[in-house]
Amino acid sequence: MDFPTFLIQLLNSVQYGLLLFMLAAGLTLIFGIMGVVNLAHGSFYMLGAYLAYWLSGYFGSLTLALLGGVVLAVLFGLALEWLLFCHFYQRDHLDQVLLTFGLIYIFEELRSMLWGDDVHGVPIPELLSASIPLTDNLSYPVYRLFMSGVCIALAVGLYLLISKTRLGMKIRAGAFNRDMAESLGINIKRIHAVVFALGVGLAAVAGIVAAPVSSVYPNMGSQVLIMCFVVVVIGGIGSVRGALISALLVGLVDTFGKVLLPSMAGMMVYMLMATVLLWKPEGLFKQ
Amino acid sequence: MTEVRLSARQLTKRFGGLAAVNDVSIDLWHNRIHAVIGPNGAGKSTLTNLLSGDLQPTSGSVTLGGQDITGWAPEAISRQGLGRSYQKTNIFLPFSVWDNVRLAAQSRDAQQPWSPLQWLQNATKSVAANDRSTRAIALSGLENRASAIAGTISHGEQRQLEVAMTLATEPQVLLLDEPLAGMGVAEAERMVALLLQLKKDHAMLLVEHDMDAVFTLADHLTVMVNGQVIASGTPAVVRADASVQAAYLGEEH
Amino acid sequence: MSTAKANLETLPRSVQVVLALALVVLIAFPIIGADFYTQMVTRMMILAIFAMSLDLLQGVTGLVSLGHAAYFGLAGYALAFLTPQGEAVSLWWTLPIAVLVSGLAALVIGFFVVRTHGIYFIMVTMAFAQMVFFLFFDNKVLGGSDGLYINFKPTASVMGITLFDLDNKVSMYYATLGAMVIVYVFLRRLLWSPFGRALAGIRVNEHRMRAMGFGTFGYKLSAFTLAGALAGLAGYLWGVQSGYINPELMGFHMSAHAIMMVILGGMGNFAGAIVGAFTFEYVLHVFKDLPQVGSVNLGKHWQLWMGLFIVLVIVFASRGVLGLIAQVKAGGKPHD
Repeated sequence: MDFPTFLIQLLNSVQYGLLLFMLAAGLTLIFGIMGVVNLAHGSFYMLGAYLAYWLSGYFGSLTLALLGGVVLAVLFGLALEWLLFCHFYQRDHLDQVLLTFGLIYIFEELRSMLWGDDVHGVPIPELLSASIPLTDNLSYPVYRLFMSGVCIALAVGLYLLISKTRLGMKIRAGAFNRDMAESLGINIKRIHAVVFALGVGLAAVAGIVAAPVSSVYPNMGSQVLIMCFVVVVIGGIGSVRGALISALLVGLVDTFGKVLLPSMAGMMVYMLMATVLLWKPEGLFKQ
Repeated sequence: MTEVRLSARQLTKRFGGLAAVNDVSIDLWHNRIHAVIGPNGAGKSTLTNLLSGDLQPTSGSVTLGGQDITGWAPEAISRQGLGRSYQKTNIFLPFSVWDNVRLAAQSRDAQQPWSPLQWLQNATKSVAANDRSTRAIALSGLENRASAIAGTISHGEQRQLEVAMTLATEPQVLLLDEPLAGMGVAEAERMVALLLQLKKDHAMLLVEHDMDAVFTLADHLTVMVNGQVIASGTPAVVRADASVQAAYLGEEH
Repeated sequence: MSTAKANLETLPRSVQVVLALALVVLIAFPIIGADFYTQMVTRMMILAIFAMSLDLLQGVTGLVSLGHAAYFGLAGYALAFLTPQGEAVSLWWTLPIAVLVSGLAALVIGFFVVRTHGIYFIMVTMAFAQMVFFLFFDNKVLGGSDGLYINFKPTASVMGITLFDLDNKVSMYYATLGAMVIVYVFLRRLLWSPFGRALAGIRVNEHRMRAMGFGTFGYKLSAFTLAGALAGLAGYLWGVQSGYINPELMGFHMSAHAIMMVILGGMGNFAGAIVGAFTFEYVLHVFKDLPQVGSVNLGKHWQLWMGLFIVLVIVFASRGVLGLIAQVKAGGKPHD
């Protein structure tokens, strides 16, 4: 493999990994803090993508679609949490699995009724549609760098939020000891709603930002969900740092796997997961 | 001295920078009760967990019946002849008292989960397991409550069940973590009588806060503070030890 | 992990009577029912076997697997690979091989997943099942996304005499009914065996089981493998009946449906799994068959009704049909 090709694959790995991180971070936070497993997490990603399609058509601009989409997705997430999820924090994982599986069906059908079953494209904004030339015939799309940039910015923002703000401190306190946090006057219900909205928001942003590249199609949520689960299993549930490292690892293995061993491509990531599990059954950075 | 049944040397358990158990050595002899006392957070439960295999030591060793069991899984240590009761009642709440004990007793039948024979026999017909269960239930005085659901019996009876289950596996060494916890006067007296009876055939470790019971039962006493042993010897000697009086006994009275 | 949901390990008299009556109805059914319904009930019985196999894992042992369908589909694929294009094969050796394939896959995957607990277990079972799904979906050699056809049903003959003709809908029905009854009786027996009691103990308090000397890893792995093998039996029968195997049969939707069936009927006693499978399939059938109302084809949106149904059952009746019965008998409250 020559250097430019290697560089392209590396950049693709990082971009895919960062995207997975957006989803895995939300999933792992929601599980780590509220103890809820959400199979419909991929649906929030899909929601973002479809909102990107719909709003960019409506506004004519991806930027406005991004802003509008995030707001709508977060509102939707808050409503869902208030209506349904907050009643399930104390329930069995089994109940949560089935409840969220039922939601997947509902969301898929609503999506079908609202936006149909066709594959849709979302145009890349003019400003970001250029490509950076690497060699005579290889170049790298600026938009993909933009995607990675957005994810990095959000990752940094998440880190600052959790470790440097009062809200972050309350979130960590709630995760560590719920009763203690409540007796200190922290409104746990609100914290839970915030964390849930954060998770939904991250997933939706990932969907919006990825839409021009991946297109918008039915079942896109389920596909990304399984990768997201693998990332969280490898990284360790509840660990955002673990999710980041694991997502980048998965991105690398998947991307280079497809290039170097195409016949085994789909299996490589699972083999990585199996290996990690043999060594550390609770993930690399168990909480 | 009678024979040593369990022996731990320089056991240490670190959690991050904190040593919950620090360089602790302890022996359990057949026909003797070795009590471990100390303030809350002294490391008594951690020590018990290290001996039973619920926790892995950071360093140190444990020998059971001459066999080095350091780092063994709890099930292996149990099969080697160790039985342990828990401070926080750790039973099978939805099952009846009899089924709780029977399941414990079943652990000493041949374990072959992959064998179709084991899939088709009737578990309630194992003579050996039934005999062990009957003996354990009789010893702990729960004959009248055998068919009651464990979740519905009183706290004191649950503590008795806790001990019955430990006895049903017919261990040589018993680790008893606060068996008297939460018991009324009559129940406690009954339990003390039972422990004295068990002493005849077992090597016993007793972690307890009830000082009257400790001084009635203990042949040997170890005092732990902050993860370390500050005194160890006969109750009379330990009672007189100045550092012990300062650290612990003074507060208790 | 779920502990208290399993109920009615000892079936009350009333339920036993109902089950006996249901068996009589099932035996008489093909004589009175039309061909289409015979096929539908056969499919329900196949799914009942699948659901019972999951109940062993979920209801009895407390292991929630989101990847159980992988073992269901693998046996179907085994039959598809063993059946040549132009002729039939014998039931007598293809069935054991298919079940063995499923069992072996469960043993291998189980070795990795059984060491995990709680939510991890759910996620890794799903992940490994998806791996198997993609293995078949992505490879044309294995049939790809189109799946494989089984052109000839297996033969069941001894020394030249055909014992039953699986091509005949009624024969297939009775063969399946027989299989379902045998599996049920076997699993009920297993529930009260030393193995079954140990599994129940693991569900309620695995920590104490280990402290008492049970090697719980070995027990869980055995349960996982046995459940996989039984799922394979169901998958084989599905392949025989439908003549067509595709990767969706191994997908996580199928696995989630199985979980739903077990919950719907009431976990931990195998009778609930049968009730749940029949109920779930029937409800699905009803939703898919909904008529056109005005300009809206209600049946086309069956996923929406199914999703709502699942959500409502979980919110209001998560102990299932038999759980409701137990509740009524005890006069207790809805949730554990």
